Amino acid sequence: MDLGGINPVILIATLMASAVPILLAALGETVVERAGVLNLGVEGMMIFGALGGFIVAVHSGSPVLGFIGGAVCGALLSLIFAALTQVFLANQVATGLALTLFGLGVSSLGGQGYNGIKPPPTGKLFPQALTDLPVVGPIVFGHDWVVYFSIAMTAVLWWVLKSTRVGLIIRAVGESHEAAHALGYKVNRIRLACIAFGGAMAGMGGAYVSLARVPQWVDGITAGAGWIALAIVVFASWKPWRVLIGAYLFGGITVLQLNLQVAGSAIPVEYLSMAPYLITILVLVIMSAGRKASGAPAALGQNFHASR
Amino acid sequence: MTRPELLRVEGITKAYPGVVANSDVSFSIGEGEIHALLGENGAGKSTMVKMIYGLVRPDSGTMTLRGAAYTPSKPAEARRLGVAMVFQHFSLFEALNVAENVALGMENPPPMRELAARIRAVSEEYGLPLDPSRMVGDLSAGERQRVEIIRCLLQDPKLLIMDEPTSVLTPQEVEILFRTLRQLSSEGTAILYISHKLEEIRSLCDEATILRRGKVVATCTPRERTAREMAELMVGQALKTPERRMGAKGEVALGVSDLSVESPIPFGTSLKGVSFTVARGEVLGIAGVAGNGQDELLLALSGELKAAPDKVRVAGQPVGDRGPVERRKAGLVAAPEDRYGHAAAPDMSLVENAFLTAGVRKGLTQNGFVDWAGTRRFAEEIIAAYDVRTPGPDVAARALSGGNLQKFLMGRELMQGAQVIVINQPTWGVDAAAAASIRQSILDRAGEGAAVVVISQDLDELLEVSDSFAVLNEGRLTRPRPTEGLTMDEIGLMMGGAHGMEVAHHVA
Repeated sequence: MDLGGINPVILIATLMASAVPILLAALGETVVERAGVLNLGVEGMMIFGALGGFIVAVHSGSPVLGFIGGAVCGALLSLIFAALTQVFLANQVATGLALTLFGLGVSSLGGQGYNGIKPPPTGKLFPQALTDLPVVGPIVFGHDWVVYFSIAMTAVLWWVLKSTRVGLIIRAVGESHEAAHALGYKVNRIRLACIAFGGAMAGMGGAYVSLARVPQWVDGITAGAGWIALAIVVFASWKPWRVLIGAYLFGGITVLQLNLQVAGSAIPVEYLSMAPYLITILVLVIMSAGRKASGAPAALGQNFHASR
Repeated sequence: MTRPELLRVEGITKAYPGVVANSDVSFSIGEGEIHALLGENGAGKSTMVKMIYGLVRPDSGTMTLRGAAYTPSKPAEARRLGVAMVFQHFSLFEALNVAENVALGMENPPPMRELAARIRAVSEEYGLPLDPSRMVGDLSAGERQRVEIIRCLLQDPKLLIMDEPTSVLTPQEVEILFRTLRQLSSEGTAILYISHKLEEIRSLCDEATILRRGKVVATCTPRERTAREMAELMVGQALKTPERRMGAKGEVALGVSDLSVESPIPFGTSLKGVSFTVARGEVLGIAGVAGNGQDELLLALSGELKAAPDKVRVAGQPVGDRGPVERRKAGLVAAPEDRYGHAAAPDMSLVENAFLTAGVRKGLTQNGFVDWAGTRRFAEEIIAAYDVRTPGPDVAARALSGGNLQKFLMGRELMQGAQVIVINQPTWGVDAAAAASIRQSILDRAGEGAAVVVISQDLDELLEVSDSFAVLNEGRLTRPRPTEGLTMDEIGLMMGGAHGMEVAHHVA
């Protein structure tokens, strides 16, 4: 079953894996923004997590520890952002941009000496017999655990935000920090926790790039994935399942255009390379258009200081 | 009828930097009692109830709830002990639905479906119908308040605090609310009712504690007192009559006739048929409780809100449809109340701020370029004349203390040589000495022939500076009367007493 040299089963299986870094980072940022914080440092946290996870995995020999290390690194970096914006009330946009630059620089420095090393491989979760099944084999059973984790996280976050008290409080804080404060919720503490969670998710997404996608350490390895994650959050209207659609769309078109390049398509390479960005944004814009409210948290990007 | 005591407050004191919000406040509330906390704005009512609700901690003093020491450290604790509060603002989430809003204010909310059923049941029981699945953003002000009340009722409170609940309600909604409150009271729930609307308190409350400048000045039974007596207690009688040169009034400089504008402010008060004239050399003082249209009146006079041309006239010239710059050219300058953001651009320097309103009248532009040297000179003149404490004219407006910035802003408007000057809250947050000098310069400008409108909530200030006196009440202005010979009785009635009749009129 080949379509112009591209096997759709392989394509779907590959896109699920290639979307993981963006999906994880975007899910984390969804929670952060739902709590009313705009952290533009996703790219920085991702690449910091990519390096941290890589180093931990190489030295410990365990990819699982590597992912945990990536998450911890991302969370640590996000705490700088949290301290600056929640404690010192710095501007969130400027701080987030600075965090990205800082993350890129620090990882470039720390990654010296890790070029060309292979990390321990992250294996497939299910046995060969299942993976070899036609169609469902590669798509349903052919992945490592992080792919399943990312899908599970989408479901979990959707449920948490929609139906649990924790989710309600997070949404409340993002909607009106003053009202939340008046009811006795600790706005800045809740936001701090959300920022750390977002950092951990971004760090883990970054670690997936360096441990499973590439897998090795290269300078600037995340290549703008953090920015796409940010865009996806907005165009997905801060809804986890839409974030998944956006991430898969982007991942899918990325894989597709690579395959088309390999297959020697008549479309110039430049157009193919820009296609994922263009089409993802376009589709999400169409999805998010036509509804009266954008669904943005009302207090997004505003700092809160309890004066009374 | 004697009721068992529910809450006793003794000797509560709370100071903020520079201001004592409450000083040695004591009162007690019985079970099922509707107790009013009465006072002007800034008398310390809100701070007091925030302490009872655990949002603010008192510096000293004790509270006892049913005989046990009561020191809530956070609202959750207060709620657990049976104290609930309905806020005036800021405690609903527009993008969440009614049930979610209610759940956020509860300690252990039941599952959503069960909660929705309970909201329906309770709202029917108390005559406050409400659909739990509607978005709060789509509700009217009265319906939003129902959400808050029901949030409280679901927790079976022993004491319900209501902070100025009727300020955003229509008269019909007020009636419904009062019926609910009386029902609650008959079921044994005590209500602490904060307001400055005297007639409401007379019809609803069993007892009243009157605060002035953070101190308890009286306790009374509202039904046995007249609105006039309570108004006197609220504003204080010791008002000295200031000395003022009497100058001959000139021709009319500012004329406003039948000015009605919609309020652009959410929950604002629209102006309804406001008419007055101010002559050269005259100061008109406009009193009124906050939120009765003061901000809107300033906007309508400054030109930020436009009306038909002949509704506002400066020196006989119709300017009702003109914007602020054209009105300044015509000779009208205005100083709004909000210093950081409305009257001044907080992050710009004093020189830049001086240019922003004075540029037109002081001719500080040349061929489209700002005359920075001239602007700086003007800023320095203001700083010298009004004793503004600042390292220099180049510091950001935000860096000045509120009082100092206020002096600068007053100077900026008063020194432009305008014929008509409109000021909202000229001495708000300014220390006594600076306030006196600002008032003096208002009188000086009037002495030089300017017509001045001073909008203020400080009655003492208005009596000191104004020649004629009017009150804004729900967007309507009373007929201006000469300040001379006006008694506190009359002022109290102008401010609160006549309310009921006018509202009834308006409903029919």
